[in-house]
Amino acid sequence: MSNVNVFAVKTLTQKEYFSSGHRACQGCGETLAVRLVHKALGRDVVVASATGCMEIVSSPLPLTSWEMPWIHVAFENAAAVATGVEAGLKALMRKGKIPNKKIHVVGMAGDGGTADIGLQALSGALERGHDFIYVCYDNEAYMNTGIQRSSSTPYCAATTTSPAGSVKPGQTTWKKNMPAIAAAHNIPYVATACPSYPMDLVEKVKKAAETPGPAYVHILSVCPTGWGMPGEDIIKFGRLAVETGAFPLYEIENGRYRITVDVPELLPIETYLKPQRRFRHITPEMTEIIAERVAKEWELLKRRVEFSALD
Amino acid sequence: MAKQVGMEVSIAAAEAVKLANVDVIAAYPITPQTHIVEHLSELVADGELDAEFVPVESEHSAMSLAVGSQAAGARSFTCTSAQGLALMSEIVFIAASMRLPILMILANRSLSSPLSIWNDHSDVMSVRDCGWIQLFTENSQEVYDHVFIGYKVSENHNVLLPTIINMDGFILTHMFEPVYIEDESVVKQYLPDYVPKFSLHPDKPVTMGAFAMPTLFTEAKMAQNEALKASYPYIMEAWKQWGDLTGRYYNPIEELHTEDAETLLLTMGSFGETAGEAVKAMREQGKKVGLLKLRLWRPFPFEELRRAVSGASKLVVVDRAVSFGGPGGPAASEIRSALYDMDPRPQVHNTIAGLAGRDVTVNDFIQIVESAETKKTDDYEIYGVRG
Repeated sequence: MSNVNVFAVKTLTQKEYFSSGHRACQGCGETLAVRLVHKALGRDVVVASATGCMEIVSSPLPLTSWEMPWIHVAFENAAAVATGVEAGLKALMRKGKIPNKKIHVVGMAGDGGTADIGLQALSGALERGHDFIYVCYDNEAYMNTGIQRSSSTPYCAATTTSPAGSVKPGQTTWKKNMPAIAAAHNIPYVATACPSYPMDLVEKVKKAAETPGPAYVHILSVCPTGWGMPGEDIIKFGRLAVETGAFPLYEIENGRYRITVDVPELLPIETYLKPQRRFRHITPEMTEIIAERVAKEWELLKRRVEFSALD
Repeated sequence: MAKQVGMEVSIAAAEAVKLANVDVIAAYPITPQTHIVEHLSELVADGELDAEFVPVESEHSAMSLAVGSQAAGARSFTCTSAQGLALMSEIVFIAASMRLPILMILANRSLSSPLSIWNDHSDVMSVRDCGWIQLFTENSQEVYDHVFIGYKVSENHNVLLPTIINMDGFILTHMFEPVYIEDESVVKQYLPDYVPKFSLHPDKPVTMGAFAMPTLFTEAKMAQNEALKASYPYIMEAWKQWGDLTGRYYNPIEELHTEDAETLLLTMGSFGETAGEAVKAMREQGKKVGLLKLRLWRPFPFEELRRAVSGASKLVVVDRAVSFGGPGGPAASEIRSALYDMDPRPQVHNTIAGLAGRDVTVNDFIQIVESAETKKTDDYEIYGVRG
């Protein structure tokens, strides 16, 4: 990974669409991701947000951190609300009630609001083919309610509802593959991203915006509070997630897979896991199981790249 | 000129939604609401209505989508029944709190279980406190007219609250009746394009759906309650304007043979027509019986009710839902409470009847009145239970 990516971030707009002064934890990776997503999208957006960390840190009546039109309704319906906004704007423009102009409609939710409670609404919205972007800010647990496990929590991670005990290893299930579920809807654009790779993230969000129809962007958002690490280390851990293969960065454009940040040789998985409080209990045996799984998934991804390149 | 035609009430409802020129329809099928959304999808498919017809994957998303589209400034419509309402109810409450003037037709059906597709009012009573304007209708014309009246009231900037139009499942939805179909020009004159007070657009960013700490929450809820109460005169005004245009006037409580009545029957929805026949028959026998038809359920017409019942010694409220373990039917318990400070006040009897579409005939209503006339207590009964 070259440093060009890091310096090029200075070419982004100076304009902030997600204002400072919000109430997120120190070192929050998710707010950084939100900030970058909206720098990429610019001013002509409407955002529909699920309940969750980003909602609760940004909108205490009568204050707001949002410099663009933003609506929050409930936990499980960000995709339905976003597609309602899209349908409304489309009808109003077609009927000449508001001027014609490209407005990017964005649905946003955490991993709980996407992979668990909001999955049905998201599936419906993707299947119906609305022109919108859905961003999942994945911090791998229900952080807003106090670090409970979700279906996006990785194997062995300790949370307040998947504690590491004498019998159980923490989370007993594997992280749900949301990008694959989104891709299974045959939508034109799916991508994974991480704010540790800001220009990769920005390019993907821009591509998602330019894509007609639904686009799904899944962003790993390192959570120092929930994962257990100093706030200043979140960029490092985002990189380690990618470099160990725990969270590969790729995109699926009209069915074609492409790895956007290649890792010629994966770093040992323990370099990513071991320093995090949520994994401090893991044994060498657990590490081995995870390492095998990660290696297999990485191979599978590379094969998908090759396979989908065949016409 | 309005034209009187015979058609299924659901089709008439959909035709009204078309004339109201809605922008977005969020639709998920549930019996007995289906004919409304089916016809709307046809109207959109044939280009007769320029709207986004969005066949969502659940009622929860239907209401969520309507919230999104209405917040974007689009006139939005949805309709549902029973389990559909129960599933979307989380968002039903939020739509009102966010002051979004959505219109929803509720084809009233029993809540499970046992599963039943037939009519009663258990669905709407489950969202009694949702903050919407809530109306009951008794025939095709009332359903048709209230689509326009509902939008007119809801979209008024002094109101900005959503409206539920209750229409009894099957008894109305699947009935063929004559209805006056209005000219587009009349509707246009009555119901101009929706002008949102606030909407989601990048040219004027707003934040909608913020959270409130305890320091502000009570004030927000007080404001919401005041807004719903304050919608009353605008509902009255909308009814009057519609009446002036079409000759069809409506009231919060419709009265039949109430002059000098000693016993009053009170019903909601399609019960009204049958109960009206029963009252006529009893009048012919010389009984001083009258009928009150409660049209406006929220905001509740306290003053109108007190005025309408004054002079009567008995009031027989026929509910179409049960408040389990509570004081009887939900309408009767509210009515008792509304009349508590009246002196003198009529004795209130409560009969629960017509659950899950069980027929309540003219003779049943006569029997309900006769049985109430001999009762001394304020208790309630569930009418016609077998065994």
